[in-house]
Amino acid sequence: MTEFEPIFFVVLGLLILSITLCIIRVLIGPTAPDRVVGLGTINTLVIVSMIAFGMATSSFIYFNVAIVYALLSYISTLFIAKYLEGGEF
Amino acid sequence: MLAFVVTTILSFIIYLLLTTGSGTDIVIFNENFLRWSFGEIIIGIILSVIVGIIARKIFVNKNYRMANPIRWFGFIAYIIGPFFIGMAKANIDVAYRVITGKINPGIVKISPDLKTDLGITMLANSITLTPGTLSVDIDEDKNDLYIYWINVKKEALKKKPVDCKYICGDFPKWIRRIAE
Amino acid sequence: MLSEIVDNIVYIFLIIGVFFNLIAGIGLLRFPDVYTRLYAGIKCTTFGSIFICGSVILLGLKMWYQGSSDGTVLVIHTAGALIAILITNPTGAHAIARAAHRSGVKPVGAVVDDLEGKPARKSAPIKKGADK
Repeated sequence: MTEFEPIFFVVLGLLILSITLCIIRVLIGPTAPDRVVGLGTINTLVIVSMIAFGMATSSFIYFNVAIVYALLSYISTLFIAKYLEGGEF
Repeated sequence: MLAFVVTTILSFIIYLLLTTGSGTDIVIFNENFLRWSFGEIIIGIILSVIVGIIARKIFVNKNYRMANPIRWFGFIAYIIGPFFIGMAKANIDVAYRVITGKINPGIVKISPDLKTDLGITMLANSITLTPGTLSVDIDEDKNDLYIYWINVKKEALKKKPVDCKYICGDFPKWIRRIAE
Repeated sequence: MLSEIVDNIVYIFLIIGVFFNLIAGIGLLRFPDVYTRLYAGIKCTTFGSIFICGSVILLGLKMWYQGSSDGTVLVIHTAGALIAILITNPTGAHAIARAAHRSGVKPVGAVVDDLEGKPARKSAPIKKGADK
């Protein structure tokens, strides 16, 4: 376990780099669906980063948080998509 | 009644899997494998009865076709075999297109001829995760799918709706065997 | 011996996973319209997540084999998060793609568009995609 902590911190750094690229797309995206795509990608990357962070610091509470975050972010994506579509709820 | 029992047992199993490691009152195999405390088990039974009352009509939908173990093994074989290979190809294709920037897109219509909701959902998810395609919309009367295709082939456009073999290979055959 | 093989497989899995997650970020910046961005963002993050979660599952199995009591919790919870990602990611992609098409975003450089001109639901007003 201990020999893997540094490599998981490296993984975490690269995932945060990828999240930064997505944030640039969210900021400059010309239309609203572009921003939603950026947000959906950020959600998945945050789940994976939580798992990597939990491995790096040996704190297993983050795995539970990752499951709940996955389901809630999916629901938020669905609601934003429904709002963009302009339909009734 | 049977729907209630099935839903309750499944949600109780999922609750037990997610709360393992909470105590040492009940132990399976040895202490390192699976262990629970009595409190977790009692709360799990109460919660799964509540879930069974609420969700029985949503979870079990008119028939018990998917309760057949042969279909489960077919599903696992489908995930490990053709689906995973298609996904690996898809990602190498995305990496190629990110580097070169070549695209030739279009939205086409296919009619995969599947009847059930579960089958059409599995096909749409498979199409989204496999090479070159992304499902956009569905015609709910005839179960036709509208697919965004990133590299449209000229010979596929002669026939409308487009033949399934250009978009998704033999996925409809697998899904018909699993879900219908 | 077995432990070293597992370690090497874990390193390879982590490299593959991080590479595809980075490809997702770069593709999101490079592609020209919503659908291609969705294509890069959804597929690459799903595939990268499978490999990173797979490496964590392998480490959990190794911990369980060595007699640590946290191994089972690690494997089950990571598998739960992975299944949640696998089910919710493509479904969210359909929702975004359908919303984008109905709110008036057309694919750039499309050769053919069979969905063109299909009306949305009667009650839904069609809005412009560009925000002011």
